[in-house]
Amino acid sequence: MPRVLRSARLLGVSLLGVGLLSGCVANNPTGESVALTVESSADGCTVSAAETPAGATSFSITNIGDQVTEFYLLGDDGLRIVGEAENIGPGLTRDLVVQLAEGSYFTACKPGMTGDGIGKAAFTVTPSTSSTVVNADLDAQVETANENYASYVKDQISQLVTGTDAFATAYLAGDDDAARALYAATRMHWERVETVAESFGDLDPKLDLREADLEEGQDWTGWHAIEKDLWPEDAEAGFEAYSAQKRAALTEQLVADTATLDENVQELSFTLSQQTNGAIGLLDEVATGKVTGEEEAWSHTDLWDFQANIDGAKVLYAGVRDILLEEDPDLADGLDTEFASLQALLDAQREGSGFTLYTDLTPAEIRALADQVNALGEPLNQLTAALVL
Amino acid sequence: MIRAVTRRTSTESADSVTPGRGLSRRGLLGLAGASVAGIGLGVAGDRVALAAATPGAASASTVYPFYGSHQAGIVTPAQDRLHFAAFDVSAGVTRTELIELLQDWTVAAAAMSAGQDVGEYGATSGPYDAPPEDTGEAQGLATAGLTITFGFGPTLFKTADGEDRFGIIGRRPADLTPLPHFPGDDLDTGRSDGDLCIQACSNDPQVAVHAIRNLSRIAFGRAALRWSQLGFGRTSSTSTTQATPRNLFGFKDGTANIKAEEPDVVADQVWVSAADGPAWLAGGSYLVARRIRMTIETWDRTSLREQEAVFGRTKGAGAPLSGGTEFSEPDFALAGREDQPLIGAAAHVRLAHPTQNQGAKLLRRGYNFVDGNDDLGRLEAGLFFISFQRSPAQFTTVQLNLAKHDALNEYIRHVGSALFAVPAGIADGSYVGATLFA
Repeated sequence: MPRVLRSARLLGVSLLGVGLLSGCVANNPTGESVALTVESSADGCTVSAAETPAGATSFSITNIGDQVTEFYLLGDDGLRIVGEAENIGPGLTRDLVVQLAEGSYFTACKPGMTGDGIGKAAFTVTPSTSSTVVNADLDAQVETANENYASYVKDQISQLVTGTDAFATAYLAGDDDAARALYAATRMHWERVETVAESFGDLDPKLDLREADLEEGQDWTGWHAIEKDLWPEDAEAGFEAYSAQKRAALTEQLVADTATLDENVQELSFTLSQQTNGAIGLLDEVATGKVTGEEEAWSHTDLWDFQANIDGAKVLYAGVRDILLEEDPDLADGLDTEFASLQALLDAQREGSGFTLYTDLTPAEIRALADQVNALGEPLNQLTAALVL
Repeated sequence: MIRAVTRRTSTESADSVTPGRGLSRRGLLGLAGASVAGIGLGVAGDRVALAAATPGAASASTVYPFYGSHQAGIVTPAQDRLHFAAFDVSAGVTRTELIELLQDWTVAAAAMSAGQDVGEYGATSGPYDAPPEDTGEAQGLATAGLTITFGFGPTLFKTADGEDRFGIIGRRPADLTPLPHFPGDDLDTGRSDGDLCIQACSNDPQVAVHAIRNLSRIAFGRAALRWSQLGFGRTSSTSTTQATPRNLFGFKDGTANIKAEEPDVVADQVWVSAADGPAWLAGGSYLVARRIRMTIETWDRTSLREQEAVFGRTKGAGAPLSGGTEFSEPDFALAGREDQPLIGAAAHVRLAHPTQNQGAKLLRRGYNFVDGNDDLGRLEAGLFFISFQRSPAQFTTVQLNLAKHDALNEYIRHVGSALFAVPAGIADGSYVGATLFA
């Protein structure tokens, strides 16, 4: 269900795949975060201390200059970016929270956001009494997770293209039974990677807009427009089945937009926080549209979408699970349990190759699904902080 | 705007009656329809004298004048609590009976605004074998800045079936037509529209509820509650003397609102002028109410980065992401990484800004609400949006822009909607909407 713009969540926010993780260490649950302040001016970059003990460290960066600024924490080579805070407007304060291992670093600011930065100063992380361990393999693990997820997205969209072609052929030929049978199963490929698919601004409304989201006078295209024609039982009085011309126009558009989507996903890459936030985004799709039965207003195949969103979230979680096992095994345990509980609830609604229609669920069943989505959401919330710190 | 509490006697009320159409508690007895026969709607018990007046600060003892050139509750510094109610006029009610209702409401609203009980005998006096005239839960409470504001919906002039029940179809403002469907609207008709509305605001929730309760009671048989909404925290400042409050997303809201201290802007953007027409609405305004449900559970799973990007402001100080402090003007052109503007194209602050809406501004006066929880165990939370504007087109322009592009749409849903024409202020001795029926 497109709610106009979701791009910020997965793609729009930090397109630079900066390795926020390079200096990461295993989480130290007992260590208190050390708070430092940074003042970035036109000609200075003053950090409140030049050294700090290893562990969670919070830099509170205030831009006292009159240009947009950035703050960098660099490795001992002065080049590798360990942490950064970008796009800090004049007068604003932004926090950068990182886990730091013992070693030599540099701090620097970049007012104006160009050039090599100014005020570069040595910064030392001293041994800490708490037991923090450097995880040297982390970068490689993150890169692997990124590549695997990019492949998964491409594969799902490729299957969406194939499925859409078959669906379009059946619908064009007037074989509505076949089209209805293909509808939900094909859409699952979209729903599995929905947060990525939706990040391409104008494609999402063209492919996945609900009728209620239309502006007056706006053309309705995409899956749900066809859905209404295939399941007209709940349509308003006086609803007329689409003409052959309208069917042709809708399918042509659907196939063309899906092909464009396929082109767009070929060159994607994902940072770790984009992956973890993508999992939350998919869960929120479930919470907002599927568990309420609003997504599939005519076919009531919401549980297919539900399952697919969860599939996608599980893939994102599985990609980072090995990292999480090292950082926070308890959280991994909790997530495993909650994912399994949600899957058990969904499995109980399987019928043949599909699921119970949303309209056939009892209020208690819907409530149980909603509660379990929240139960999974809470530990999933902690995933980004557990991994990115 | 603020005056100390003064005792108004029933004698004064009777003295202020204008000839012919005058209102007094005695007159009301005679005017009242059969269904309210026997209920004397005068002015009695004075419970506010106990509250000490502290002019200059909105406090428990604050009393805003009910009568004036504009209705109270619009540019009045937004109080902390709201009870808003929409009514439908009952079947078979005549023009005369509608006028009588408005007269009765006027007298009762004036009394309550002044801190007095409803009725001749109030809450604890009168015939021992009769129910008290005032419901009584405001006994011992100060008005806490109570204002009561009335409005007329499109259906008062012309029903959905095209019926002109009260002979006023020719006086319907051309702009008073139902709002268009906006993208994403998911409206519940049971929480939308209405023939009449009353906005009661006070810093004491029980005082606001007392007002709506007593006005509903007075209306029984003539108009029935269609829907009502409680608001527990204001989300806008309408005066520069007020701090900017926060909505349930945790962000300051209404920083750039129209303020009472900007008379030129108020005149230009809030009050209907005589030239705008119709003449009877001059000095009035249009009220838009939107019940906006927030999916706060989803919002709370969102990173601080995205939350600030969605609003285009910092969550702490409320400064625009382009820099400065809360009241700094946003710089929509200022770019950061990769030449992308610091305030994104879909940021709420950008899309709601007058420069993006042909200069349209709204006087916002909304409230946070939490009405228990829904069937899915989520808080039934949101923003009850209220705005006053010179023309509904100002709201439509802004809302169309927001409904199409606002990043916030992922976390909100408009589930109720209503539009009302708010007549000008009431002269002492007259009644609300007198110019409409003149």
